[in-house]
Amino acid sequence: MAIDTPVKTAADRRPSGTTGSPRRARPSRRPWVKIVVTLLLVVEIYPLIWMFLTSLKSNDDYLNNSTWSLPTTWEWGNYSEAWTTGHLGLYVQNSLLAVLPALALMLLLGTAAGFALQIMVWKGRSLTLLVFLAGMMVPPQMILLPLFTVYFQAGLSGTLWPLVLTYTGTGLPLTVFMMATYYRTVPRELFEAATIDGAGILRAFWTISVPLVRNALLTVGLVQFFFIWNDLLIALTFTNNQDLRTIQVGLLNFTGDFGATQYGPLFAAICINVFGTLLIYLFLNQKVMKGLTSGAVKG
Amino acid sequence: MHRVLGDRRAIAILLGPALLVYSLIMLVPIVWSLGYSFTKGNTIDGFTGNGVANFSRLLDDPSVHESLWFTLTYAAVVTVGQVVAGYLLALLYVFFLKKSSALIRTLAFFPVVLPTVAVGLLFQKFFQVAPQTGPVNSLLNAVGLESIDFFGSAGSAFWVLIVMDIWRSMGFYAVLLFAGLVDIPDEVLESARLDGASGLRLIRHIVLPLSLPVLMSSLIFSINGTLKVFDSVVALTNGGPGNGTTPLTLYMFQTSFTYSDYGYGSTIALLLTVVCLLVSLVVYRVSRRDITEG
Repeated sequence: MAIDTPVKTAADRRPSGTTGSPRRARPSRRPWVKIVVTLLLVVEIYPLIWMFLTSLKSNDDYLNNSTWSLPTTWEWGNYSEAWTTGHLGLYVQNSLLAVLPALALMLLLGTAAGFALQIMVWKGRSLTLLVFLAGMMVPPQMILLPLFTVYFQAGLSGTLWPLVLTYTGTGLPLTVFMMATYYRTVPRELFEAATIDGAGILRAFWTISVPLVRNALLTVGLVQFFFIWNDLLIALTFTNNQDLRTIQVGLLNFTGDFGATQYGPLFAAICINVFGTLLIYLFLNQKVMKGLTSGAVKG
Repeated sequence: MHRVLGDRRAIAILLGPALLVYSLIMLVPIVWSLGYSFTKGNTIDGFTGNGVANFSRLLDDPSVHESLWFTLTYAAVVTVGQVVAGYLLALLYVFFLKKSSALIRTLAFFPVVLPTVAVGLLFQKFFQVAPQTGPVNSLLNAVGLESIDFFGSAGSAFWVLIVMDIWRSMGFYAVLLFAGLVDIPDEVLESARLDGASGLRLIRHIVLPLSLPVLMSSLIFSINGTLKVFDSVVALTNGGPGNGTTPLTLYMFQTSFTYSDYGYGSTIALLLTVVCLLVSLVVYRVSRRDITEG
């Protein structure tokens, strides 16, 4: 249903605000603008500061003193407790083992398919792209139960393979769509010229086209990384064993493992989870913003 | 010259693996899940045919009615909230912060990348009343109001959920809509100003109509995501109190995995899929008409 609307390419979404027109020349000096911006920043950032300060409190400190107060003693040990006793280290390892192979597979298959759908010329390619696009509409609930049966009967339950496979499959529609869109900016003549020089088209795909869309690969990879890393539904469905929990499932069940809740380590675990993604964002924010917003054009 | 680019063997090698994985993980299970809707049972105990019993149960199940209603109201409120908050922020960026908006844009965007589970737990503690009075309630106490047990009733838990999801995503929609606003040519704004339009009238008559296409695609994107809400609810309220904040996605999950009824679970998943398709279709139709007429 989306095929006849003009699809905005990544190039349309150039990083904005760099044009030096008079309208955007100087920030407004009105006082209410300052108030609104300050309020916005407090609302966005204070919860994180509160979370960080709370992660350094002891249980008594948390339960008995005001929520606004600084920690009476700075309990850095909460972090090591969350990491080891709270098994967060294991959960992070599981997440990496599920996310990274899925990401690599998805990018490899998606780029090849994007190339075949956009650069290669054949009948039925727009229909095939539409079939991929349809996958983005369907809620994942629709595929969980049959997949559960298949993985169970194939003896894959009890490993991380169900996660790797499911993430790859569910990530492909967006990857294929985005890569096909990026290939739109690459002229076909380039490959025709290359093949005259004797390179096969498969070779031209790998040695010429992949370096050309290197940037796009990083952008799509980042977007998909956040989607998979933050996923709860699929991880919750296929990790029926405590040793297989990903970081999100582990965090959700964090309270239970301690018996009586240890608030310090719980907040430390939330912090580790949040600051991990925040760190990536700190270095690559422009790419992340561009990627996530260009992934949003499905209408 | 198109012969090289039409090489069937190369197309098969490039497209084949992706199409195969996609078919096995997505397409086949979708059809398979349809088949499950006519059965009863689960993977461990096996399946038995059940005719259309699941569908008649679906029609009479009060939990389905409640969770369908919850899903629709949640999606409507959050979609409108996200897009309106995002649009206001985008207007702020373009017309008031101007060049210095890059830093604010980046800062306001970051909650989007945070893991939903972490944000859910954070908001749970932020709004809690016991065992510790959270920041929101101590703020209420400070201005002389009683603490509110936000998660004690479905109504207030719903609003915390709404606030959280708007908090998470408004920066994202602001950047999306910002891109649309920046594309409005300066000449158009200048000549409207010369004609005496300013402030709200400028926005109402010039900016809003010109940014309608990007507003509509934001709406479509937003509704598509909010109808599938799962993580936020599970992390914040886990559907409670009772099943007061249970969307269809969570009800499907509980039916399938807590009560091991895969047949009925598949039927609920099918309902969810149909709802998503119908709503997208309606919004899409309406938006097309608005753009071509407006």
